[in-house]
Amino acid sequence: MTTFSRADTSVMGHWWWTVDRWSLAAIVALMAFGTMLALASSPAVAERIGVDSLYFVKRHLVFLPAAAAVIIATSLMTPLQIRRVAVIGFVCCLIGLSATLAFGIEINGARRWLSLAGLSVQVTEFAKPTFAVLTAWLLAEKLKDNSFPGHIFAVITFALLIALTISQPDLGQTAVIGAVWMSQLFLAGLPMALVVGLIVLGLVGLAGSYLTLAHVASRINRFIDPASGDTYQIDHSLAAFANGGLFGQGPGEGTVKNALPDAHADFVFAVAGEELGLILTLVIVALFAFIVLRGLLRTMGETNFFVLLAVSGLLVQFGLQTLINMASSLQLIPTKGMTLPFISYGGSSLLAIAMGVGMVLALTRRRSGQGEGT
Amino acid sequence: MTERISFRSAQKKALDIARTRLLVGGALLAAAFLVIGVRLVDVTLFSENGPSRQANARNIAVEKKMDRADIVDRNGILLATGLKTASLYGDPSIIIDPKVAARALVGVLPELSEADVLQKLSSKGEFVWLKRHITPRQKYEVNRLGIPGFEFDEEERRVYPLGRLAVHAIGFTGDDNKGLAGIENSFNTALSERSERVTLSIDVRVQQILRRELAAQIKKFKALGGSGVILDVHTGEVLSLVSLPDFDPHTIKQASRSEKLKEEFKNQQFNRTTLGVYELGSVFKIFNHAIALETGVANMASNYDARKPIRSHGFTISDFHAENRWLTVPEIFMHSSNIGSAKMALDIGVAAQRKFLTDLGLMRRSSIELSEQQQAIFPAPWTELSAMTIAYGHGIAVTPLHAAAAVAAVINGGILYPTTLIRRDELPANGKRVISAQTSADMRKLLRLVVENGTGRNAEAPGYLVGGKTGTAEKPTAGGYKRKALISSFIGAFPMNAPRYVVMAQLDEPKGIKESYGYATGGWTAAPVVSQVISQAAPLLGIAPVDETAPNARRASAIKVATPRARGQGIATN
Repeated sequence: MTTFSRADTSVMGHWWWTVDRWSLAAIVALMAFGTMLALASSPAVAERIGVDSLYFVKRHLVFLPAAAAVIIATSLMTPLQIRRVAVIGFVCCLIGLSATLAFGIEINGARRWLSLAGLSVQVTEFAKPTFAVLTAWLLAEKLKDNSFPGHIFAVITFALLIALTISQPDLGQTAVIGAVWMSQLFLAGLPMALVVGLIVLGLVGLAGSYLTLAHVASRINRFIDPASGDTYQIDHSLAAFANGGLFGQGPGEGTVKNALPDAHADFVFAVAGEELGLILTLVIVALFAFIVLRGLLRTMGETNFFVLLAVSGLLVQFGLQTLINMASSLQLIPTKGMTLPFISYGGSSLLAIAMGVGMVLALTRRRSGQGEGT
Repeated sequence: MTERISFRSAQKKALDIARTRLLVGGALLAAAFLVIGVRLVDVTLFSENGPSRQANARNIAVEKKMDRADIVDRNGILLATGLKTASLYGDPSIIIDPKVAARALVGVLPELSEADVLQKLSSKGEFVWLKRHITPRQKYEVNRLGIPGFEFDEEERRVYPLGRLAVHAIGFTGDDNKGLAGIENSFNTALSERSERVTLSIDVRVQQILRRELAAQIKKFKALGGSGVILDVHTGEVLSLVSLPDFDPHTIKQASRSEKLKEEFKNQQFNRTTLGVYELGSVFKIFNHAIALETGVANMASNYDARKPIRSHGFTISDFHAENRWLTVPEIFMHSSNIGSAKMALDIGVAAQRKFLTDLGLMRRSSIELSEQQQAIFPAPWTELSAMTIAYGHGIAVTPLHAAAAVAAVINGGILYPTTLIRRDELPANGKRVISAQTSADMRKLLRLVVENGTGRNAEAPGYLVGGKTGTAEKPTAGGYKRKALISSFIGAFPMNAPRYVVMAQLDEPKGIKESYGYATGGWTAAPVVSQVISQAAPLLGIAPVDETAPNARRASAIKVATPRARGQGIATN
């Protein structure tokens, strides 16, 4: 891909030489795995729900180039543009989330999808990266100008957002948003006492949802005591990993995956385990870890506080989502519907992840005149 | 300027804190990824010890069910075995659209009702049977629908390769593979839980002969049904057990389709050999004579006055083949004289008769391994009149198997062995002496005599020294007996010089035909069955034919059938 000369000062040429190409390579590799697994996992699901067997594959192949375009377009922006896009995007998301509650499509007792121009959009997915950037800006601004009520704004916007996501209800996303927000406050130097207080508050929130929401209680009970209910998905998920063994059954050769209702989305990791085997699945885990940890390490050298907070917030979100999905498939935590970035099927999630990663790439580009550039 | 500196230092301090905390956060995330990796290795490579055991729990449960053991005959011929089949069930909690799923399923399994399937799939639970035991082709078709929520359970279907041949002995299982009748029922635990193969005492070769001959005779004499038993006299093993009409154990489910079929199945399922009790008529004279000889109230040379019917308590006891003269004990037996037998019974007395019939096992539950059992019906109170009618087999009803086992004891040297449907690998040690060897030897001669010269000539099978006794009883009805409805029996044994097997045949309500001069007695209907069975089965059972004129064979029936004494002489009855 080294088609750009060092001396090339065109937009793309400049981008190529300043962007983090290692992370980019890892993202491309994940997208390749994602394409392969979409081909393997989705036809059985598509046939089950009575659509063309390549329905999901075709859609995935439409979304994938779109996602790539989003990554490149976003990563071309300057930190200032990123901030603006994020703030505007976040406002749009708040409006979208309110609209979802009013006109959304109800699936399994939750309103999470908004129909926009014939496309179903899960607004929460886009709220996550934009909110992370917004929070980073508010906290960085507070540091820059102590009179700026950054903390208050951060609390107000957070309260607004989670009020909307809880009403859907979408507890998993709420938890991710909360965790990202707390980690950003933590990085922004929140006193340890308050950090602990927030963690306790989060745990109380989780306990509260266990006690008040029946489906949450049921999932957690089934996790703690598998005999207490239907563990069909998780049983088949674990069986898929075992069936895969060290080297896997080969792409498309899995059999347990056919019995996994959510093979193309929340349980795509199990399909990877069955078809690609332990070694390649570990490679996938390593790719995710590489993207997250390399990004965090790079921000260590960052002097722009907004960039530091924004990048780490986005990476924590990316990492948490990955970990929750994998841990669910491996029965390390109760089953929680969460997509695996770049690999699970899902248009909204793919584009939103692309946006978040694009922002990370944009903010981690080598910039001349680092410092208080924004 | 100081403000600028303080801002710079504040920002530097904030950055330092952020970097330290970033390191902590990064370390936590790295650890989390490491945990994922370790867990991945664990579930992939060490799944047997992990929770994936639960994923296999369903299959393990199925595996355990698969093990219902086979039932074989005494020579190892397969009588009942398991065939693995797929059974289709639905999980309504997974079914996305019950209407679509029901329509699609009925498309490939047209025998199902769409409304029925829809109702099942719309139910609340997580498990509804849709169709048990489907073919591999049907399973493929259902799989091809690709609808989530249709699942298969591997089940075992019980298969009886010989169909109805020994169905009353083997029995059958229900939908859940649980034994409902016969050995399948009585050995359910051994077969299903301990998975032990059961080897029956049945020999399907002779079973087939007995069933065929009996069925032919039932047809010929337009009987309602019949039964037959072949018993090893030295072990109590049942080699054959036939009850007709019988049924195909694979089609029992169809019996529930209509009241008429239900009634028919009830009749077919009825095991006449162990569950049916019948007045056996003159067959009981075997026991009467044995008791008389054993107790010493009569010997082979004793005489009884059989000139006139006995009138007692409003009853008249008369002879069917009336000789109207004094008869010796062998003659009473040979001509099947009711009068003579009744007089012998009076000599024996109620107490002795009752004791011996009890000793012969006739009054208690059989040891046969079937739950389909019935005990004898006997008179209470047991009066002198009862004793007289019991002498010729009326007023007491026993199962054919009880009678066959008692006859075996009478002729095998005097030892009663518990009957069994399970092959014995050793001679049983739990036999009980009921009569002396001498009485037994006399009885063998008497039985041979009946076939040689008496009412049982139709049971003869040349070369096999058949002995036996006919029995023709009128069927009891409320308050009396039906003249034209008979239970016609023959209990035979062979070879009488050294008996090995008892063969019993019985027909329910045979109608007289031209060939039998209108008779439907045991001698005309049941005896020929025994003859046919012995001549065909004896070679299979390894019994060599003998020259009946040879001295050794002659001795089997060498009885002095004493000439009747002059009128007025002899021992009068009390």
